[in-house]
Amino acid sequence: MSIKIKDVIHKESPMTQGHRMCPGCGAPTAVHQGLMGIDHPLVVINATGCLEVSTTVYPFSAWRVPWIHTAFENAGAGAAGVEAAYQALKKKGKIDKEIKFVAFGGDGGTYDIGLQSLSGALERGHDFTYICYNNQGYMNTGAQRSSATPKGANATTSPAGSVIPGKLQKPKDLTSIAAAHHIPYVAQTTLHNYMDVASKVKKAIETPGPAFVNILVPCVLFWRIDPALQGDICKKAADTRFWPIYEVIDGEWKLSYKPKKRVPVEEFLKPQGRYSHLFKGERSKALLEQAQADVEKDWEYILDRCGETWEPAE
Amino acid sequence: MPDVAFWQGNQAIAQGALAAGCMFFAGYPITPSSDIMEEMAKELPASGGRFIQMEDEIGSIAATIGGSIAGLKSMTASSGPGISLKQENLGLAYMAEIPLVLVNVMRGGPSTGVPTKISQMDVMQARWGCHGDHGTIAYSPSSVQECYEIAIKAFNAAERYRQPVIILSDEVLGHMREKVFVPPAGSYAVANRKRPGVKPEKFVPYLADPEDDIPPMASFGDGYRWHVTGLAHNDFGFPSAREEEVEKNITRLVRKIDRFRDDIVEYEAYEVDDADIVVVSYGTVARSSITAVKDARKRGLKVGHFRPVTLWPFPDKEIFQISKRAKTIIVPELNCGQMVLEVERAVHGRAKVIKKGLVNGEVFMPEQISSFIQEVA
Repeated sequence: MSIKIKDVIHKESPMTQGHRMCPGCGAPTAVHQGLMGIDHPLVVINATGCLEVSTTVYPFSAWRVPWIHTAFENAGAGAAGVEAAYQALKKKGKIDKEIKFVAFGGDGGTYDIGLQSLSGALERGHDFTYICYNNQGYMNTGAQRSSATPKGANATTSPAGSVIPGKLQKPKDLTSIAAAHHIPYVAQTTLHNYMDVASKVKKAIETPGPAFVNILVPCVLFWRIDPALQGDICKKAADTRFWPIYEVIDGEWKLSYKPKKRVPVEEFLKPQGRYSHLFKGERSKALLEQAQADVEKDWEYILDRCGETWEPAE
Repeated sequence: MPDVAFWQGNQAIAQGALAAGCMFFAGYPITPSSDIMEEMAKELPASGGRFIQMEDEIGSIAATIGGSIAGLKSMTASSGPGISLKQENLGLAYMAEIPLVLVNVMRGGPSTGVPTKISQMDVMQARWGCHGDHGTIAYSPSSVQECYEIAIKAFNAAERYRQPVIILSDEVLGHMREKVFVPPAGSYAVANRKRPGVKPEKFVPYLADPEDDIPPMASFGDGYRWHVTGLAHNDFGFPSAREEEVEKNITRLVRKIDRFRDDIVEYEAYEVDDADIVVVSYGTVARSSITAVKDARKRGLKVGHFRPVTLWPFPDKEIFQISKRAKTIIVPELNCGQMVLEVERAVHGRAKVIKKGLVNGEVFMPEQISSFIQEVA
């Protein structure tokens, strides 16, 4: 189901330009890239978050499609209600269009407060796609940590100081949690490759039943990066294996991207202000070694699930 | 000589809580209250306390209940939708008589409302938000100094009356910076919950002292057996549906606040003794009202101001006294008319009560209050 850029380049995005997201923010890029290959009429369900707030500043809306803002904790349940009613109308012959339902939530609304609602919707088997635009923290409320925030990141509620080096816990593996619902399609990606996001989201939407896509996107304010580095930093996330790119199709794990070379995770961490404390002082070496060890361990887990081996060029 | 600080209201509440001995905070980010959580995240580990960011609003108050049961003075803070999500566990804390402080930095509602702007729409929610009967204590600060002082008072009330205490702050106060005189430790009262005076084998967890209707509280880990439940329960804490036990349980939850009403109620009366017109307002609005009242006095009008500091219990007797002389009472508030219902109830028809609501996310300007006064002068 891979799509070609020439097929989609002239299509109108369901979300217009001119929204109020920050320059360099990855969330609107994820929306544009994800939805560019979709031919069906769409309904969008949006959890509370930056995407919701900044695309709908009164009296404007950046959405060309029907759009509902639920509360923070229930994009999954909101989508479930809309989809179930659509199925009922379709069964009665009152609607004949093939409408697709896409829910968007940040990592706060997906990993944390909205997890119960998402899990319920995945388990009940609604025909919808949930896309988590994951910038690894609560950005709409001021850079607090979330359960997606990486170990070692400096957030306002896991501040890095002389004793505690930022967040102490590893983020939860939500993509695996979604896969454990035994739904037909799960994927994890980032903005490292234009067509990868488009292909994965298209597959998710066109697969009957529930689908989940976890897209790592930078927040320039929290990650403290140059807005121009959006694509670059995402590419580093994939190349350093900090954020493995893979799919789980009907329970089959499939690695989508194997970096050719072993790139140290420092290359992903270094350009980001949220990790600056890892590069200072006596404990720097130990913290960076730990960060690399965590990457290797997680990568082994993914390789194992995908039945792959990895032999990087030295 | 007190220290002088320059704090935001949210910061002052966090600092006041620490001064009162708060050692546990569980929270979840939400505008406009997140600063309280951020301050606690910085300060609590340094003071030997514990901060946890929870996975949602429900988890935050549930963990706060847990922190208090384990023996630490505990607090959580939120706004708007977060306060709505906390209501079930707030009810649990009333039912199981768990001291805690819940800060509500009010923003516009209902639902997501106007997250970045002020409202006073949660006054009735503070009283009746969770299902079931219970006594309520809710404070309304109107300056950053008072945010600090009320945080201490709220903890003292929670510890003394063994139940949740609400601070109804608001978005403007939460983000406004003012000078705060920080009193030295030991110069203000700090209350601590009553501990069991009997050996563990003689302990009956919900057997209240007749003189105050408040049972002593053990901490988990002290060796006292305490069964904590949200079900109606007897003195042993065990679930009961027996008529006399349920009646005894619920009436005591209400009575333990009612009987100390005079101790709890606080208010600030300004030039009310000879006033024909009295403005009754609270929180940030009271600041505008006082300016308008002073201005009216300069113009020779007999106008006063009454500010409830406790919105619950409501200072109804005190307002009734005022209504014996005042002909008109003006109630400006940032909702469509909530506290005005209590004012109407308090005056028993002795004075004309005029409702003035504003729900556009702004605060009444002093000139607007002046015009309300002018309308009836």
